[in-house]
Amino acid sequence: MEFEPVIGLEVHVQLNTQSKLFCSCPTNFGAVPNTHVCPVCLGHPGVLPVLNKQAMENAIKCGLALNCSISLFSKFDRKNYFYPDLPKGYQVSQFDKPLCHKGHVTIVDTGVEKIIGVTRVHLEEDAGKLVHAAHGADSGVDFNRGGIPLLEIVSEPDIRTPDEAYLYLTALKAIVEYLGISDCNMEEGSLRCDANVSIRPKGQKQFGTKTEIKNMNSFRGVQKAISYEIERQKDVILSGEKIVQETRLWNDDKGSTFSMRSKEDAHDYRYFPEPDLVPMVVEQKYIDTLRENLPELPFPRMHRFIEQYGLPEYDADILTGDKAFADYYEQCASVCSEYKMISNWMLSDLIREAGARKISFADAPVTPKMLAEMISLISNGTISGKIAKIVFIEMFDSGKTPSKIIEEKGLVQISNPEELQKVISNVVAQHPAVVAEFKAGKEKSIGFLVGQIMKETKGKANPQLVNTLLREALG
Amino acid sequence: MNLFSKTAAELLELLKNRDISAREIVTSVFNRIESVDSKVNAFAQTDKESALKQADAIDKKRSAGEPLGMLAGIPVALKDNLCRTGYRTSCGSKILSSYKAVYNATVVQKLITADAVFIGNANMDEFAMGSSCERSIYGATHNPWNISCAPGGSSGGSAAAVAADETILALGSDTGGSIRQPASFCGIVGLKPTYGLVSRFGLIAYASSLDQIGPLTKDVYDSALLLENISGYDPSDSTSIKQNPFSYTSTLKESIKGLRIGIPQEYFIGGLDSEVASHIQSAIKLLAECGAEIIDISLPHTEYAVATYYIIATAEASSNLARFDGVRYGYRTEESSDLHDMYFKTRSEGFGDEVKRRILLGTYVLSSGYYDAYYKKAQQVRTLICRDFENAFQKVDCIITPTAPSPAFKISEKIDDPLTMYLSDIFTISVNLAGLPGISIPCGFSSSRLPIGMQIIGKPLGEQTILRCAYTFERNTPFRTMKPTLE
Repeated sequence: MEFEPVIGLEVHVQLNTQSKLFCSCPTNFGAVPNTHVCPVCLGHPGVLPVLNKQAMENAIKCGLALNCSISLFSKFDRKNYFYPDLPKGYQVSQFDKPLCHKGHVTIVDTGVEKIIGVTRVHLEEDAGKLVHAAHGADSGVDFNRGGIPLLEIVSEPDIRTPDEAYLYLTALKAIVEYLGISDCNMEEGSLRCDANVSIRPKGQKQFGTKTEIKNMNSFRGVQKAISYEIERQKDVILSGEKIVQETRLWNDDKGSTFSMRSKEDAHDYRYFPEPDLVPMVVEQKYIDTLRENLPELPFPRMHRFIEQYGLPEYDADILTGDKAFADYYEQCASVCSEYKMISNWMLSDLIREAGARKISFADAPVTPKMLAEMISLISNGTISGKIAKIVFIEMFDSGKTPSKIIEEKGLVQISNPEELQKVISNVVAQHPAVVAEFKAGKEKSIGFLVGQIMKETKGKANPQLVNTLLREALG
Repeated sequence: MNLFSKTAAELLELLKNRDISAREIVTSVFNRIESVDSKVNAFAQTDKESALKQADAIDKKRSAGEPLGMLAGIPVALKDNLCRTGYRTSCGSKILSSYKAVYNATVVQKLITADAVFIGNANMDEFAMGSSCERSIYGATHNPWNISCAPGGSSGGSAAAVAADETILALGSDTGGSIRQPASFCGIVGLKPTYGLVSRFGLIAYASSLDQIGPLTKDVYDSALLLENISGYDPSDSTSIKQNPFSYTSTLKESIKGLRIGIPQEYFIGGLDSEVASHIQSAIKLLAECGAEIIDISLPHTEYAVATYYIIATAEASSNLARFDGVRYGYRTEESSDLHDMYFKTRSEGFGDEVKRRILLGTYVLSSGYYDAYYKKAQQVRTLICRDFENAFQKVDCIITPTAPSPAFKISEKIDDPLTMYLSDIFTISVNLAGLPGISIPCGFSSSRLPIGMQIIGKPLGEQTILRCAYTFERNTPFRTMKPTLE
């Protein structure tokens, strides 16, 4: 039997506002435990929440970027449950009137565009974090994270493969980063993802029983966990059993999921409207202004790159997937019109050399100006592509400009026919046997001779010119 | 005449003329506490030393000619659910018996600015859940008019302290009648302001959408004076109304000629005590003689108010009280085997029966499968009750009802019968559901010499009107001067 997976993702994004959602405590990561706390976010008796307007604005921006409808009226609700990391015994969240709903994200899967629906985007507060002592049974709670604004972005069950799930997350992250509203760091927990996974026989309309997978800490982890879960569900069904609706935890080390709690143990969160906050009422004019001021987003930018720079979709997709990367490209392209060459250098050499040094391309000493200059030097024949590889690495290590490197190392391409002819004559004279082979019709032999010429000139010879002059010399 | 028996207005006049000092007032009040509180038990805690220090500081300021706040040197008692930095704020509960507040409630901050003198925290029903002030770890408070009777609740300590002259001013909180009903039982003035007029920041929540802090005072003028000092927009409370400060004392003396007073027929039937009924009727007659126009009105959804209240209030309470879990502060059980056991024992041991009853009820009405039938339905009825008032206020400026269906009942008379106890608030609850201002003032005494209270309900932000009406009534009746005999 052939199965079709049905996947929906629930993503939590921490907003990088200056202060928490309902109090003025700072939000930056990595502070000494329980130093970013106050009576409000510790849930002391008698405290009241006050909405951080910036968080609401960022949430609306995100909704707009995800093509959502923005609710002119929405409200907060309390989600009630007991846990030590939840100081008030309830989380202030949004239940039936989310701030944004009915949007979508476009992903590009091996050249094919697909639309993934976004059910809703809502605003809520983060919980604290349990810290367990390395030895002994003690646990502590760090409330620094408690009350940081979170966006919950829920997708429609439109995702069909683990790859699509990965692409959806990448696209979502790119959008959020373009908006500048979150650090989107999965390791620091500023982006988290749970997956709802079910399978059904191909062609069947009705959904199968789903499981919810939690505890993935990278996009690849999400992809792997979904792949594992799909296979697990197939095995269960094929062995004649039924899928149990449950929450499962992904274990990245073991590469498998295991049951955490079944539906019967599921919480009854007793949602009800948060009486300590007034509803969020926004005007259409305000939303329109935010919409007008949205930055260019990754997907439209990709299409512009294809059109404006004549790039293949593959290149444009990768370049625009990261705002800073795309900005880098455009800075190069503004001073150098070898658009495809810029893309090639960025997608191969820049990424590779930065990766080898374990730094971000943004921290590389090679500035867009330097890369553009180097590419211009290739295209005007000053250096060969081969020499450029040397120049690029030197730029990366020394931070010197390409012209400086070329000057210092004497790397300028030899395009003087007289100078080259001397070298060619020598090489031809030194290898009579090879010359004879060529003349006898062994075309490949010319490659050896070219190699020797390059060796003599330390690679600086203009390859096209060498080719022409050599053939002339060989008659 | 002893200083403790005077009103804030009288004392402020004496202070202004330098006839007395703040220290003398505080000393007088503490003498009174020492002589009568063993009978009344109005306080959860008092702090004479601190009060004297505050008084001395104010006296010093006055003699140095420094500017003084509007309540400079006047003793005030806080209900035990209002946070004051460094002071135990326990809501009459074991679960907070060791909790010291880490910040000041907005009202406390305003009283500090006004140079009032804090003398201590008044007793209350645990977490403001009750109508008799019997359910507290500090024991029951007694009604100064008859110590075998309850002072009403939940702000019973505040009301009894004012009535027994153990403080000059007091603050209470009112969720379903918790200021007005004890004011009525103790023969004093209790005002529940419009929802949002006084900041709730620092009031330990019972039911957030209904709670409101208000004054309990010896007369109407003091009520207006205290309200002036605690009301106003507070950015820390999102439900606070953006409203400019208003001088409620300045309009008290204006005539009520032509004031249209509504009398809702639904409040004068069934279980209403006949003595209460006749005193209210006389009061209405008196107001008519003062020039008010009396108009019969109907508030048709009144009969659903108590049920609606006990769904909404308990739902909110079940959530508001979830933070008392033994994890960060307050009482934690001695021994527990795991997290669940710790939660279970802490809350089982830390909360009293009535609190548990309401948490259970509130949890139930919010549960999946019951939400629509209870909580949602109750919110719909709440809207209907609001509309009743809106319609009525098309025709009238204020509404008069009894505050409570009877004078004070005996201590422990209703403690085992929660439903009967809940009906003590039958006339006050609708006002909270509709977010309206309501004031209770004494309008007579029963044959057994227990005070009877009259409630005046106003339009949203109609404090000025109900205070003026109450003031006119007070100045035409002798009840303000009547004091219980405690010695």
